[in-house]
Amino acid sequence: MRLSKFSAVRLFAFVAMLTPGLWLILKFIQQDLGANPVEFLTHQTGKWTLIFLLTGLAISPLKNILGWKSPMKLRRMVGLYAFFYACLHLTIYWVFDQSLSFTYVWDDIRKRPYITIGFSAWLLLIPLAITSANYFRKRMGKNWIRLHKLAYLTALLGLIHYVWLIRADYAETFIYAAVLFLLLGYRLIGSPKLEFKIRRSQA
Amino acid sequence: MASKFDRNYGLTENDVTDEALFNARRRFLRSGALGSAVAFASLPLWANSSLDSLAGRLGAAKRTQEMDEKLTSYQDITQYNNFYELGTAKSDPHENAKALNTSAWTVSVEGECAKPGTFTLEDILKPHSFEERIYRLRCVEAWSMVIPWTGFPLADLLKRFEPTSKAKYVAFETLYDKAALLPGQKRRTIEWPYREGLRIDEAMHPLSFIAVGLYGKPLPNQNGAPMRLVVPWKYGFKSIKSIVKIRFSETEPETSWNMIAPREYGFYSNVNPNVSHPRWSQQRERRIGELFKVPTKLFNGYEAEVASLYTGMDLSKYY
Repeated sequence: MRLSKFSAVRLFAFVAMLTPGLWLILKFIQQDLGANPVEFLTHQTGKWTLIFLLTGLAISPLKNILGWKSPMKLRRMVGLYAFFYACLHLTIYWVFDQSLSFTYVWDDIRKRPYITIGFSAWLLLIPLAITSANYFRKRMGKNWIRLHKLAYLTALLGLIHYVWLIRADYAETFIYAAVLFLLLGYRLIGSPKLEFKIRRSQA
Repeated sequence: MASKFDRNYGLTENDVTDEALFNARRRFLRSGALGSAVAFASLPLWANSSLDSLAGRLGAAKRTQEMDEKLTSYQDITQYNNFYELGTAKSDPHENAKALNTSAWTVSVEGECAKPGTFTLEDILKPHSFEERIYRLRCVEAWSMVIPWTGFPLADLLKRFEPTSKAKYVAFETLYDKAALLPGQKRRTIEWPYREGLRIDEAMHPLSFIAVGLYGKPLPNQNGAPMRLVVPWKYGFKSIKSIVKIRFSETEPETSWNMIAPREYGFYSNVNPNVSHPRWSQQRERRIGELFKVPTKLFNGYEAEVASLYTGMDLSKYY
């Protein structure tokens, strides 16, 4: 399977996943992001990060359960978009919330657990983004698959980061949490390796 | 966009005075004796019925408290609100504003006072002369606004009920009509009704204010119509909206955010950059309308006026 092959589907997916970002930039220029545009941009880029992380994680279960194979060709792009929106999210926070100060950011990472967790999730995405290149994929073999299981952890950390900032209304985060726990549950219960282990322990 | 005024007199938001014009007018009105003559003469002829006279009184209120900062726009003040009774998203209160019915409003006054009772809004407002005050409102979420409120000192209202020596605290409640729940009250995001309270000396402090107007117009529903509290040196959630109950008590009353998360929101909740919220810093704040943050001031900049209320108290303990 050649991942970099150009196709109309890939082009469409590329533009589609860029659209939320372009939409935010357009609204920002038009000053149409409400009374607190920075908060809006931060929340939106954070949500899109989580959405693309969960979408990326859903692709292989969809293949296994429903036999949808073609989304697998887009999985790397989805993952890289998650990283792209996470970078935007962090940049907006660094520029506008922390006035481009590394000291302020470091203070926050040290003192505010929700920031510590969010920042850790972003750090974990870096090796995943780098090793998504074919070069690494080919050379790392099984380790590549092991490493990229970290995507589950980043999604979980991202979700905790989100929930931890809420003051009273958790309704919206339930949806993300439900999707993540379905995916995690499937991975743990439905994984062939685990099934094998369970069978062996029962024997 | 449809106006969300409670009593809108057929006005839309286009009829709201432009801020530049509003400020210019205020400067003119302040500029001398002529001011009051003009203000009086400009009272419309229809300023007779009780509601219309409210509008007239609001328009004629003189500014008694200035702030050397640019006012937050009317649009931002009325479209970015925390008022969970009308929904938890910032845009919900503006969108759901019509759900709040402020007609036939009454306020029940209870507890340690000589003259308790249930009062109509007209009863409550009638004896007070209105003034306009520019206050900064600092939300616990690290944003702030600069708002021209119209109303009267809370102390003037409370004294009318003659609180007894046992009245050490004042508790307030927001509307919670089980027969006509507001959209946000259909879910138990918090334990309704919303409750707030002040120590009696805080309540009697000259800065504590009852607001009935905003930018010289009746208070829009999403901002806490028909009457709300404004305590400028405390985080915004202390400034309870749409008040239906005032109770004088000997003991510290329960307050909503303290009930939800006592470690995060104390009874006092004075603005204090040195005491962080357990989850986020309070050192800086974003003024709505600006992109970058600015430093937060102790007691939201009202330190000279209110610090003496807390002499000898450890503000990190009594947060």
